[in-house]
Amino acid sequence: MTTVETAVGTTKTMVLNMGPQHPSTHGVLRVLLELDGENVVSATPDIGYLHTGIEKSCEDKTYSQAITLTDRMDYLNPLGNNLVYCLAVEKLLGLEVPKRAQYIRVLLVELQRISSHLVWLGTHAIDMGAMSVLLYCFREREEILKIFERFTGQRMMTSYIRIGGLALQPPAGWREQVKRFVDMMPARIDEYEALLTENRIWQGRLQGVGYLSPETLIALSTTGPGLRAAGVAHDNRKAFPYSSYEEFDFNIPTRTESDCYARYLVRVAEMRESLKIVRQAVDKITDEGPFKAEAPGIVPPEREKMKTEMEALIYHFKIFTEGFSPPPGEAFATVESPRGELGCFIASDGSPKPLRVHFRGPSFINLQALPYMVKGQLIADTVACIGTIDIVLGEVDR
Amino acid sequence: MTQLANANANVVVGQLRSWNPQAVSQVVEYRGETTIIVPRELLRATAQQCKENPALNFNLLSDATCVDRFPVEPRLELNYHLVSLPRRDRIRLRTSVSAQQPVVDSLVPVWPGANWLEREIFDLFGIRFDGHPDLRRILLPEGFEGFPLRRDFPTEGKR
Repeated sequence: MTTVETAVGTTKTMVLNMGPQHPSTHGVLRVLLELDGENVVSATPDIGYLHTGIEKSCEDKTYSQAITLTDRMDYLNPLGNNLVYCLAVEKLLGLEVPKRAQYIRVLLVELQRISSHLVWLGTHAIDMGAMSVLLYCFREREEILKIFERFTGQRMMTSYIRIGGLALQPPAGWREQVKRFVDMMPARIDEYEALLTENRIWQGRLQGVGYLSPETLIALSTTGPGLRAAGVAHDNRKAFPYSSYEEFDFNIPTRTESDCYARYLVRVAEMRESLKIVRQAVDKITDEGPFKAEAPGIVPPEREKMKTEMEALIYHFKIFTEGFSPPPGEAFATVESPRGELGCFIASDGSPKPLRVHFRGPSFINLQALPYMVKGQLIADTVACIGTIDIVLGEVDR
Repeated sequence: MTQLANANANVVVGQLRSWNPQAVSQVVEYRGETTIIVPRELLRATAQQCKENPALNFNLLSDATCVDRFPVEPRLELNYHLVSLPRRDRIRLRTSVSAQQPVVDSLVPVWPGANWLEREIFDLFGIRFDGHPDLRRILLPEGFEGFPLRRDFPTEGKR
């Protein structure tokens, strides 16, 4: 508690706990707010309530086993987590993935981006008092989850992207289902925009709230839509392309206002760009072709081969008992997750288990900007700021 | 692609060497990534140079993490991943610290974004960062004993 000088005299500030069970904190985030009336004097986020030690657990698993753990970090972006982990292991191994598998990865990760932004939009609208948007957003998200279920057998914890390619061939009828979704979606995004973009309450709650200059954001290591809403057109898909993103034609939406409203506009525009990428990916993916690399001893052999070839059976057995051993060295792979730069750093000591796995979670690092954003604003604006940083506590705490 | 990465790396290494010949003790090229190994005492000055030299311009600190090379001494290896947004380049700075004296200069004065990253390393590896404004545990509860990401800490926890 400190004393502050105000127009009417000296007052004492009070400290208020927001969270860890507050609905607007999207999980178990606790923010210690020091308040002068309704104005925030300072904010201190307190995290770690969901710490599960995923990085430590990875050290005790073989390289292929650890994939299932990555799903559980950013649970709105499981395929993106699978992808960054597999890219890091593939880099460590020097393994080339077939083009067809790369395109399928792009297709799924972009659908994932749309579904993640839909959850963000729906929950953020609820935080701001617009209840109905959530129902619309989850209606469309359900369609994406059905696509994932068809591909992977799972709606959320997919573990579909594997080292060297994918777990399974794409299922029969996927193309029609994805096309139906892509044709339906633009009109649905127009619907959300009709509800929100020109809505005066929505604008009143978001415009001019949570401003940070691009220089401050870069200094705080912020990436993703938050940085792009400040006019910095940085996107790993363009700056450091992976998984053949350089072959796709899309734009990086940016705004210059750097407030909560600009972050909303950037995310909505990103959904439209993702649809463009999905459309191109559908055309690029051929019906026939490999879905994983030919790498004996690393990528599990075909079921049929195991029944006819001795070596295939031996490799199958070795992969699932002992694992494989990448040469000693380090690799750092990065992708653009819906929240920013998602990175995976792996150090190998030449044994079948990683020496160290580290995830650079964009939620964790972007949350650092919160105290700077809310300083001097109202409690209600804190809710808007937490919302537009778009944190997933599973990734913040890992 | 690999050649391009090498060309960029040579520029970075050349610039750093011409600034201070002691700053670069070794350069490792692996899988298209460049690691510059820096003496512990020169870490902050080198980071400052990487950020402020206009030819390098590494304005964003992407990640900081640690690898425990137990039982090799000095066992704790710090890795800083830097990004230059205008030049679209990446580099890794590395330095080693021993477990007997796990102290290193904080990079928060250079990149304020290092704050939580260094708190995480302090929390899980027990490295102290000199000049850090708020060095507290971040993920684990305050009374926790030990540093769980060190290799000699059992995965199932201490009982």
